[in-house]
Amino acid sequence: MFKAKVYVTTKANVLDPQGAAVQQALHTMGYAAVDDVRIGKYMELTFDTTDRAQAESELEQMCKKLLANPVVEDYRYELED
Amino acid sequence: MKVAVLVFPGSNCDWDCVHAAEQTIEGAVVDRVWHTTDTLEGYDLIMIPGGFSYGDYLRSGAIARFAPVMQAVAKAAAEGVYVLGICNGFQILTEAGLLPGALRRNTGLKFRCHSSQLHVANADTAFTSGYAAGEVIDIPIAHGEGNYYCDDAVLEQLKARNQIVFTYTDNPNGSVADIAGVINEQGNVLGMMPHPERAVNSLLRNEDGIRLFTSIMKAWRERHAIVG
Repeated sequence: MFKAKVYVTTKANVLDPQGAAVQQALHTMGYAAVDDVRIGKYMELTFDTTDRAQAESELEQMCKKLLANPVVEDYRYELED
Repeated sequence: MKVAVLVFPGSNCDWDCVHAAEQTIEGAVVDRVWHTTDTLEGYDLIMIPGGFSYGDYLRSGAIARFAPVMQAVAKAAAEGVYVLGICNGFQILTEAGLLPGALRRNTGLKFRCHSSQLHVANADTAFTSGYAAGEVIDIPIAHGEGNYYCDDAVLEQLKARNQIVFTYTDNPNGSVADIAGVINEQGNVLGMMPHPERAVNSLLRNEDGIRLFTSIMKAWRERHAIVG
């Protein structure tokens, strides 16, 4: 069994309207030091296998094909035992 | 002319597309086709309607693109069949890689639902030959994620190949280069956020969408050398 933690974020050069709105709210609240807010997605996947290499290679494909849209998003993941 | 209107769980503009095609395309036979269908043999036009396929879970269109029917759409598109994706249909086509770019959340974060003025940026396509180049038409929008994005290299390509078909006169969502609709390089797959199927009836006081459908009919007839 492996557990994957997948983080999907908006690419650095792509505007994140939600992040911009949250940043504005934080400024309104008085947190003037907040320079930038980026909102992303966090996913947890569990794998029923003992083959770590296989799980990792499948996870990479899943990220590319479905979990993230490479046109506007970056992804990274951690695979835990 | 045989028309397929795809239906995913969460599609909600499918009947509008059916009625629009029936009203505007003379002799059209229109079928609603469920997303589990794996063949689209015999159809001349495939419409992917608006709505919220699969609840827009993960990203708009992200899950719909893996529905069995999308394999058939890719095959038909490669064979030159006309494909028209409207709103969620446009999002699905970009997710499927049949059109370049992606649709993001509107910059104002608001769901924008109102009429919108579009420039016909390319009137030399199978979908827009009935319009004049540069003509301004009124086609309503209804979306929360219609903010078109592509990087500079892709934008240059789109411009060079005349793939930008519609642009907003007053950008409602933050789209790069005011883009409202793009076509693929082969010229048979069009995606657009505005809803031409909601602008085909004088009862609704807007008929600017009619010519989009009659243009497709004309292109199809020319392709099959049908006089009439």
